[in-house]
Amino acid sequence: MSVKVPGAVRPLIAFPALLRGHGFMIAPEQTVSFLQAVELLGPRTIEHVRKAAVATLAPHPEQRASFDALFDMHFLGAVGEPGEDRFEPDDEMQVQDDIGTEEIMIGEEVNETGQAATGAEALAIRALRAPDDADALRRFGASLPAALPHRRGYRHKAARRGKGIDLARSLRAAMRNEGEVMDLRRLRRATRPRPVLLLIDVSGSMKQRSDVHLALAHEMVHAMPRVEVFTFGTRLTRLTRALRLKNRQQALAEASGLVADWDGGTRIGDALEAFLAVPRFAGYARGANIIVLSDGLERGDPATMIRAVHRLAARAFRIDWFTPLAIDLEYRPETEALRAVRPLLASLGDASSTSRLCREILAIGEARAV
Amino acid sequence: MALRSTIAGISSPEALAEALKSALYLAEDGIATAGYLALALGKPLLLEGAPGVGKTEAAKAIAGILGRQLIRLQCFEGIDAAAALYEWNYPRQMLAIRQAQDGTSTDIYRDEFLIERPMLAALRRPDSTVLLIDEIDRSDHEFEAFLLEFLSDFSISIPERGTLRAAERPVVILTSNRTRDLHEALRRRCVYHYIPYPEPAREAEIIMLRSSAVAESTARAVVAAVGILRNEPLSKPPGVAEAVDWAEAATALARTGASWPEAFRRSIGVAIKDEEDLAHLRPRLAQFIPGMAA
Repeated sequence: MSVKVPGAVRPLIAFPALLRGHGFMIAPEQTVSFLQAVELLGPRTIEHVRKAAVATLAPHPEQRASFDALFDMHFLGAVGEPGEDRFEPDDEMQVQDDIGTEEIMIGEEVNETGQAATGAEALAIRALRAPDDADALRRFGASLPAALPHRRGYRHKAARRGKGIDLARSLRAAMRNEGEVMDLRRLRRATRPRPVLLLIDVSGSMKQRSDVHLALAHEMVHAMPRVEVFTFGTRLTRLTRALRLKNRQQALAEASGLVADWDGGTRIGDALEAFLAVPRFAGYARGANIIVLSDGLERGDPATMIRAVHRLAARAFRIDWFTPLAIDLEYRPETEALRAVRPLLASLGDASSTSRLCREILAIGEARAV
Repeated sequence: MALRSTIAGISSPEALAEALKSALYLAEDGIATAGYLALALGKPLLLEGAPGVGKTEAAKAIAGILGRQLIRLQCFEGIDAAAALYEWNYPRQMLAIRQAQDGTSTDIYRDEFLIERPMLAALRRPDSTVLLIDEIDRSDHEFEAFLLEFLSDFSISIPERGTLRAAERPVVILTSNRTRDLHEALRRRCVYHYIPYPEPAREAEIIMLRSSAVAESTARAVVAAVGILRNEPLSKPPGVAEAVDWAEAATALARTGASWPEAFRRSIGVAIKDEEDLAHLRPRLAQFIPGMAA
């Protein structure tokens, strides 16, 4: 049975569909709420429709500029797709490097469309390939939750021994014995995986490995709770939400569009400082296993990188750095910055091939729960 | 579901903003709209924003203007149904079983053995309470999933008692500091509003509304200073609450005879509460503090 939709309502119903087409996750119930909200607000002006849309369709703050652009295009006939305007990062900071003062940008979600490339940066949109060895990645993902370090959580679970008493189970056991408590059932605190923060270098010197590293990140995001992924080169980009798309090809395509500094220079220190300057991001590092995939060939000021890694190390549970240059056991870092931060790293491992990198990451978990 | 366009005499976002002002909460347009829609649609209100922008205060103010009791559920990692929903009073149940040894049967799942937690309390008394689920981002994913049933149907299942359903949709407000992303399933069940830091003029107004002892010039000076501080790479930028505290602290110190720049300098600890942040700012305090002299 088809329902005839009044003509006046059609643009309102079409708007959530337009948003979905641009990557927004809008459920049908939100469309209903949107229509109800419009009815409640009048609407007296188009701004009431916008307010109703924002409240019920719930765009993330980072998506707001894109959301508004789509709204204007749909309801006001504004020309231009979102993202065609000059890129406006949601946050930015001034940093100093050897070529003078310039910005290192922080992007997230739809902000990173590659439109904002500064003249000093060599930027490109990359078509990321999913690696051929998908089975190996799946095996890696399956092993990961047990392999990475855990910590004691705050939830309790039934156990043979433990400090806590499970009153519910004890009561049920007592009821089977006519109210006689024969033995007390126990609880202990369950362990849970520590959060993981994955920092991936996408500069020119890591060009050969970027595809694999992003695919690895996708696998990790789906294998474990609380995995955050950022890329860095000449800017910092959060990819976590893009990589949550289940289909790997789609996720990598989405991520590829967000990263604007593929194959550019490497300013690790500036990127890490930018990361730490955003309280929300810095919070991701607290108590986390930080995994850095980078050759450490810092082109910026080594002092900045050293200072930033010290600050990261103070927050993190451990930092593991994997570089494609560490092919043999005799490898020693060549750059001043990486040499200086070496004592802060729990390990400096080999990322020269996918299998070696997977093996090295799975070995991190030999650290015991604390 | 029929829409309630008027709730407790509030018939528009503007009316809600006006009512909130009477409860000493200056609501910007966005939060007034989201708050009104949440009340009218009978949906939970999800407020996100940096710490200290007034999310919890908004919930308190909404409860105040509705004349309802605010029931606060502070989230933390590991929070579970026993802390949020209900728990059986096991020691009393065991005693009851022991006392019933003479062959009589006893029901140990009566109300008197049920310990009510915030969510159950809100469900049982939806017309007289506002449930605040504070800092939902501190809870784990398991609890977030557990909330989904409650927030969509406003019903809960107690295995021994069956399903309890709210007689009417309770007013529920969730807050998040965005330390992690909330699940989309949770977001879509709510009316959403992101609270940014307020505009300088509004923030000065908030300070004066909250603390009548603070002079307008002091409020404006504090607002200018926190505006600068929020652009610094601090691990904990000052929120609105810190701005109010700073203005009050500086005013109190000035009354003891301290000069204005000195009063601001000495009371910065109420605005910046992280030693690393203070170390970062200390060499450059003079850059903004002299300009604050009132």
